[in-house]
Amino acid sequence: MEASAPAHPSPPAAAPRISQKTRSERRLAWMLCAPAVIAMLAVTAYPIGYAIVLSVQQVDLRFPEEGGFVGLDNYGAVLSSDLWWTDLFNTVMLTVVTVSIELVLGMAIALVMHRAIFGRGVVRTSVLIPYGIITVVAAFSWQFAFAPDSGFVNKLPFIAEDMDWFGDRVSAFAVIIMAEVWKTTPFMALLLLAGLVTIDSQLYEAAKVDGATAWQRFTRITLPLMKPAILVALLFRTLDAFRVFDTIYIMTAGAQDTESVSILGFNQLISRLNLGLGSAVSVLIFICVLAIAFVYVRGFGVRVEEGRPGR
Amino acid sequence: MERGTREYALWSIGIVLVLIFALIPVIWLISVSLKPPESITDGSFLPSEVSFENYESLFEGGIDESPFIKPLINSILIALSTTVISIVLASFTAYAIARLEFPGKRAILAGALAIAMFPPISTVGPLFDMWRSIGLYDTYLGLIIPYLTFSLPLAIYALVAFFREIPWELEQAAQVDGATPFQAFRKVIVPLAAPGMFTAAILVFIFAWNDFLFAISLTSSDASRTVPASLAFFTGESSFTEPTGSIAAAAVVVTVPIIVFVLFFQRRIVSGLTAGAVKG
Repeated sequence: MEASAPAHPSPPAAAPRISQKTRSERRLAWMLCAPAVIAMLAVTAYPIGYAIVLSVQQVDLRFPEEGGFVGLDNYGAVLSSDLWWTDLFNTVMLTVVTVSIELVLGMAIALVMHRAIFGRGVVRTSVLIPYGIITVVAAFSWQFAFAPDSGFVNKLPFIAEDMDWFGDRVSAFAVIIMAEVWKTTPFMALLLLAGLVTIDSQLYEAAKVDGATAWQRFTRITLPLMKPAILVALLFRTLDAFRVFDTIYIMTAGAQDTESVSILGFNQLISRLNLGLGSAVSVLIFICVLAIAFVYVRGFGVRVEEGRPGR
Repeated sequence: MERGTREYALWSIGIVLVLIFALIPVIWLISVSLKPPESITDGSFLPSEVSFENYESLFEGGIDESPFIKPLINSILIALSTTVISIVLASFTAYAIARLEFPGKRAILAGALAIAMFPPISTVGPLFDMWRSIGLYDTYLGLIIPYLTFSLPLAIYALVAFFREIPWELEQAAQVDGATPFQAFRKVIVPLAAPGMFTAAILVFIFAWNDFLFAISLTSSDASRTVPASLAFFTGESSFTEPTGSIAAAAVVVTVPIIVFVLFFQRRIVSGLTAGAVKG
């Protein structure tokens, strides 16, 4: 993006008279934006409102005759269940671990793409492969690789031949984390690379002349100047990691206490058809996401307007 | 130069590691899909003998019996429809944001960003209930609508970034020559914006192609179930055989074309994915 400030400063709000041209421009703009805005609100604002309504009622599609307003009972049931807290712990742990590994790996790959003396194209090409693969497909591939009967991993040296990766919580999480890291590191690397290319290379030359080592140049120049790009990448990846669903559903379906909050919500809503309880879970997840975004924006000062959506 | 050789060697190792890491799951899937059913559990990384049996059984019985053909058609049609609608709506919005002055511009960008962060699971329950009562459950439209919602932010941000790079003097020239703002948009800007729109279309398509949560929540049959969801319901030839081979073959069929496409358009995708990530 160009470095200039917004190209069109807004006219003062209290302008006494709006010209005919301004008015027609505004009308055109609103007409152009309306369809997309409606499409975006129709499946977010309205359903979240509806979820809140459902969450204070007893709605179980298996027992349609029962029902009615139950106040905060559903929330009480969720918040007093061990399952919710186990799943929340799992989700937070997965988020923190995967995003941390991704940050380090993504930074390494971004540096390779930025400063490689050769092979830049090869690296960029190969990091786009995980991006292009369906998450479910990648999860199956890793699951087959680690499966005790058909996988190649247990045939590798130093690994027990009968290791049951998905039979134990810790090893199951290790495989899930690996699959998630594989799938989403490229996005992190590309976001970091976009921040890296904006750093003036003269700074490095000057630091070299002053005798700074490569590590000093990285910690004193690269990291501070990339802080905004790093925080934006972290914000998006954190929120994306927090909704982890596909990989866990395919690999363990939540067995061995590997459930995430999204799996819990799905089980209540779709498998058990308990819309009241499930909606309470949904609303709680929504509140968690709001809290994470709030911490990043207020706590770390991420300037969200400069961020971008995507995964 | 001694240092040069060492640096060269280090970079080579780094690049090879990245390459191996990125490629292993893909090569492994292709390898599993090519193993004949009796050797699928041999655990070797590469097949000892190559067989296309898994692919044949995938397409066996035509559209009525195959567990894969109908979901593949569903996936393609749903992802393409989402892409077309999303890009049309997002171009209108991105044009207004990049080009016109109006109150509410920042609110729309902030709202799009908020939706990009929105947890999809929070909408699944209400959509499930609403779609069942208005007849959208297990239909194409029932999936296209949520895909549209969650892909629009992606498309709007990518397109705003591209549209800001367009030489707008041309549009003014067209307006001076008597074109209306809409004509100026359609005749001058659309051709200039086509490459950016194509990039945004790739991103939206991959998003819709990848979705799993809505696909298993809002469908119940092959009437509208997409490939990622159908893979989770694959069964073996008998209840004692694992469907590993057919899943691998199906996975290769839906993966390889996308990878080829992604690699072919990699420059565009990188610029689209990072659009607006940094403002210098």
